[in-house]
Amino acid sequence: MTVVIDRSGPTAARTSPVSAAAKARGPAYVTGLYKPRQPIYPKLVHGRWRAIKWALLIATLTIYYVTPWIRWERPGTLPDQAVLVDFAGRRFYFFWIQLWPQEVYFLTGLLVLAALVLFLSNALFGRLWCGYSCPQTVWTDLFIHVERLFEGDRNARMRLDAAPWSLNKAWRKIGKHAVWLGIAFGTGGAWIFYFHDAPTLIRTFWIGQGPLTGYIFCALLTFTTYVFAGFMREQVCIYMCPWPRIQGAMLDEHSLQVTYRYDRGEPRGAHKKGADWTGRGDCVDCAQCVTACPMGIDIRNGPQLECINCGLCIDACDEIMDRVGRPKGLIAFDTDAAVEARAAGRPAIYKLLRPRTAFYGVALAAVSGAMAWGFSVRTTLDLHVLRDRNPVFVRLHDGAVRNGYTLKIVNRGFEDETVIVAFDGPPGARIKTPAAASSGASLTVVAPANEVRALRVFVTLPPQALSAPNLPASFVVRTSKAEARVETTFLSGAANTP
Amino acid sequence: MSKRESDEVTGVETTGHEWDGIRELDNPLPRWWLWVFYASIAVAAVYWVLMPSWPGLTSYSKGILGQSDRQAVVGELQALTAERGAQAARLRTASLDEIERDPELQAYAQAVGQSVFGDNCATCHGTGGVGAKGYANLRDDVWLWGGELADIHRTIQVGVRSGGPDARFSQMPAFGRDQMLTPAQVDDLTEFVVALSRRPADVAAVRRAAPVYVAQCVACHGVKGLGDQKQGAPNLTDQEWLYGSTRQAIHDQIWNGQGGVMPAWKDRFDPETLKALAVYIHANAGGR
Ligand code: SF4
Ligand code: SF4
Repeated sequence: MTVVIDRSGPTAARTSPVSAAAKARGPAYVTGLYKPRQPIYPKLVHGRWRAIKWALLIATLTIYYVTPWIRWERPGTLPDQAVLVDFAGRRFYFFWIQLWPQEVYFLTGLLVLAALVLFLSNALFGRLWCGYSCPQTVWTDLFIHVERLFEGDRNARMRLDAAPWSLNKAWRKIGKHAVWLGIAFGTGGAWIFYFHDAPTLIRTFWIGQGPLTGYIFCALLTFTTYVFAGFMREQVCIYMCPWPRIQGAMLDEHSLQVTYRYDRGEPRGAHKKGADWTGRGDCVDCAQCVTACPMGIDIRNGPQLECINCGLCIDACDEIMDRVGRPKGLIAFDTDAAVEARAAGRPAIYKLLRPRTAFYGVALAAVSGAMAWGFSVRTTLDLHVLRDRNPVFVRLHDGAVRNGYTLKIVNRGFEDETVIVAFDGPPGARIKTPAAASSGASLTVVAPANEVRALRVFVTLPPQALSAPNLPASFVVRTSKAEARVETTFLSGAANTP
Repeated sequence: MSKRESDEVTGVETTGHEWDGIRELDNPLPRWWLWVFYASIAVAAVYWVLMPSWPGLTSYSKGILGQSDRQAVVGELQALTAERGAQAARLRTASLDEIERDPELQAYAQAVGQSVFGDNCATCHGTGGVGAKGYANLRDDVWLWGGELADIHRTIQVGVRSGGPDARFSQMPAFGRDQMLTPAQVDDLTEFVVALSRRPADVAAVRRAAPVYVAQCVACHGVKGLGDQKQGAPNLTDQEWLYGSTRQAIHDQIWNGQGGVMPAWKDRFDPETLKALAVYIHANAGGR
């Protein structure tokens, strides 16, 4: 974290900011070389942010599970699945869009866009992605919910874990793990539907005739979901995910993130009902924000690498503020600059538009624009030209010179196309394929639907056309709807003629 | 070990190292990390048992799975042959012209032809097929034995002077060396051939050589010097010749009457491969 907050002022009169939780964890640090995971028992909270989390959880999971089942009519033998990564056929289908491996730059563009959105949202609102839509968060949230259904909320769960084994404990644990495994299997199962025709796969999968990769990936995702969401949870975010390490660079003191407003909360301490609030802060040190945190941290220690900005501590604290009769928002989405300003008695200023966010915004607009432009000029016809290198040219018996080229005519359309292939160069050129000659500089071939046709083409120039050893030329392919042109050269070696 | 200091904020011991005032906390590694380490060791042990891994004095440990890369390659080659079976079968039954006209089959034939050419023909004709002095250029439109698909196919099958019963065979006598003509006659004939190929020549010499050409050369090269592909006699009116087109080269050829050898390939390759090779060469010569 790049932000340093000076809490040495009178409003933050704390000599040692060591949290209760950190103190409690103290001994574990020194006893062993390896640190066992501290179990975290997040308490269920109710409130605005929790509600948003539920809504997003349902929305993202629905999208994930339903998408492979959407059908989309395509002509001929092409797959009718709306979203499909077809490795065997080397195509990516997304509704009306069909991407070829050569167009993988669209995917690159999409990833760049996603990264920029992530950067921008991070600069504005901190780790919103982490707290609300990261799969690790979503599935962990779901798993914790299942855990609560079987074992109860925080206190009940702590008691159950401390209790000796009993029938009651056993069925709760077994039930929880069974449901977890079910969800994990459902996760892995849904994943593989993105890569094969879903209705076919769901049948062949059960009778053991699915593709091997399907079983492998289903098993892999079942395993990782079960382990990551069931057991490792925050450990994935803290130790395995690279994002927390990078995201600090995206933040500054004007980023809105879940913040404990120490200007308002300190000095903290227990508060008796009806007692006077003057001379003290609003925090009653009830630790509800700590018990609610799925990452097991105390937000009152300031911004921390572990915090995923999920806002659950806000909901927890707001409940308390309601109860003690103070205004909500002791913990809230706020900026370090604002907190600092208020602590120093200055009015808080919020700056959403900053050089950083402006830069991300402009970059975002530029990349989106480039993508949109790329998409709008994208045609179903494409041409690549490879000129022969060995030999670069052939001299014929009458002094004419012939060059060989391999044309790759890409027809991304869903229908066979009649294509006119023309050589646009010095006059007098004759073009031919091995099978058929043309009398002039163009010929007609068929480019089959959804395929690349490799076409050997020979171009012959009469002696009088050979004005230079190196003649600029181009190939043009044309259908009734589209045209593609590629520059090339015609080599004649005219300078070396004996 | 000396007494270690604790960090005052977190209460964690430090390692005692310090860089620019930053001290390293001696935080323990997470335990799951340790488990992953142990699991890796376990995987290695299982691998030793299952897979070949240890060198021995005479051989190596085979592993109980019996994995062998050599066998895997053999299996994959067999699978490849089976996979190509359908295309190969079509190549066998289709006529040469059909192969050339079907884009898919042609592409397959080209691929097969290219690899066979590279392994067998490139030694003489060059990887690009342009040949060299004494080795025919297979990329231009000048053919001794005919440039039609069927002609090329036949030449590949039987070879030239290969010793086989059906081999292509042409014979140019060594007029000078065998003293069939006088050196002066050979000189005159050289001028005659230069004139045939539409280049300026010594008119007197050409006139002297005319009856000699009629007596000795017409049978193969024809009255007009157009050659005869049935006998492998080259066309003398162009300048694309196997042994060169300079006066010296022409003189040498009349004097010595050289002729090269090309093996017959029909006993080396199966019919599909021969067809593929013919299609490849024909296509890259621009077809005819
Ligand atoms: S500190 Fe608050 S926002 Fe951060 S992870 Fe914990 S509960 Fe979520
Ligand atoms: S929930 Fe609010 S009042 Fe309670 S300890 Fe946390 S910040 Fe203080």
